[in-house]
Amino acid sequence: MSELIRCENLTKKFGSLTALNCVNLSVESGKIIGLLGPNGSGKTTLIKLINGLLTPTSGSITVCGEAVGPKTKAKVAYLPDNIYLNSWMTVEKIVKYFADFYEDFRTDLAYEMLTRLGIDKKTRLKALSKGNKEKVCLILIMSRNALLYVLDEPIAGVDPAARDYVISTIINNYNPDASVIISTHLISDIEQILDEVVFIKEGNLLLNKTVDEIREENGKSVDELFREVFKW
Amino acid sequence: MNWKPDKDKPICPQLCEHMSSQIASGYYKPHDKLPSVRELAVLVGVNPNTVQRSYEILEGQGIIYTLRGNGRYVAEDITRSQESIKKLRVEKTREYFSQMKLLGFDTDETKDYIKEWSE
Repeated sequence: MSELIRCENLTKKFGSLTALNCVNLSVESGKIIGLLGPNGSGKTTLIKLINGLLTPTSGSITVCGEAVGPKTKAKVAYLPDNIYLNSWMTVEKIVKYFADFYEDFRTDLAYEMLTRLGIDKKTRLKALSKGNKEKVCLILIMSRNALLYVLDEPIAGVDPAARDYVISTIINNYNPDASVIISTHLISDIEQILDEVVFIKEGNLLLNKTVDEIREENGKSVDELFREVFKW
Repeated sequence: MNWKPDKDKPICPQLCEHMSSQIASGYYKPHDKLPSVRELAVLVGVNPNTVQRSYEILEGQGIIYTLRGNGRYVAEDITRSQESIKKLRVEKTREYFSQMKLLGFDTDETKDYIKEWSE
């Protein structure tokens, strides 16, 4: 087991707003981790720091033992919370594009998943529904053979049946050397497949425990605990 | 497999109980090969590490055994899994009677009703 992410006193400020405040976090390989918190709690800020899209104001973050940079980015598969692909491209073109761009891309796996979800490779992205676009994006990311998968809201827009498929894809793709970080609001759909959960509240790390610890100590599901902790 | 773990209890012990009951009920027979960690994880929709831990616990209890590099199998002696089934039966029955009590039926009334229902 090796350490894939290490944050030490990680802080990010935007002007007077503190988006992340002194976060200490360690993520080991072979885990599926849920990053949970209400809107604006700092989840996406943390995810962007992992991917080098933001730089820390203070504190440090290392990915696979190295400072975030081109080397670490090659090992991280990142699904952003918005769609960034060119909408005029066909699904087939995008798959080729990804295969060219990422050395670790598995084209046959991508087509297998697309076929399974009934997405025609000749379709242009702009002709797909929102949910189907999201499925394509997720399939592209999960088709990489990365060490760290960072999924920002991967199942928000997809229907419950496709959600089950996405969840079984994540389990099927499980590899003891790699970890998956999932940020989501749909906790009850996903908590059974998580090892650990991280609660973030107003930029502070509130809790970092395994799902079974939470259920054992509180006699309730992670979803119920979340509703209690973040009650308005 | 239509089994789903309860949401408010730890998953690992529930999965152990579930697999024990599958063995005690004869769904898996002695020396049957069990699903791999990944297969069972997908089948019941839980984390692969949870399945791994459950298998280790069941192995420690002598309910299943491992052939190195060849997967996991149901042990010859199924008395241990039958024991865990009995424990489960006690729990479920207690749960049923307490729920009936909440509906306003005392133990004797519930017993009479079970007799009536099964006829």
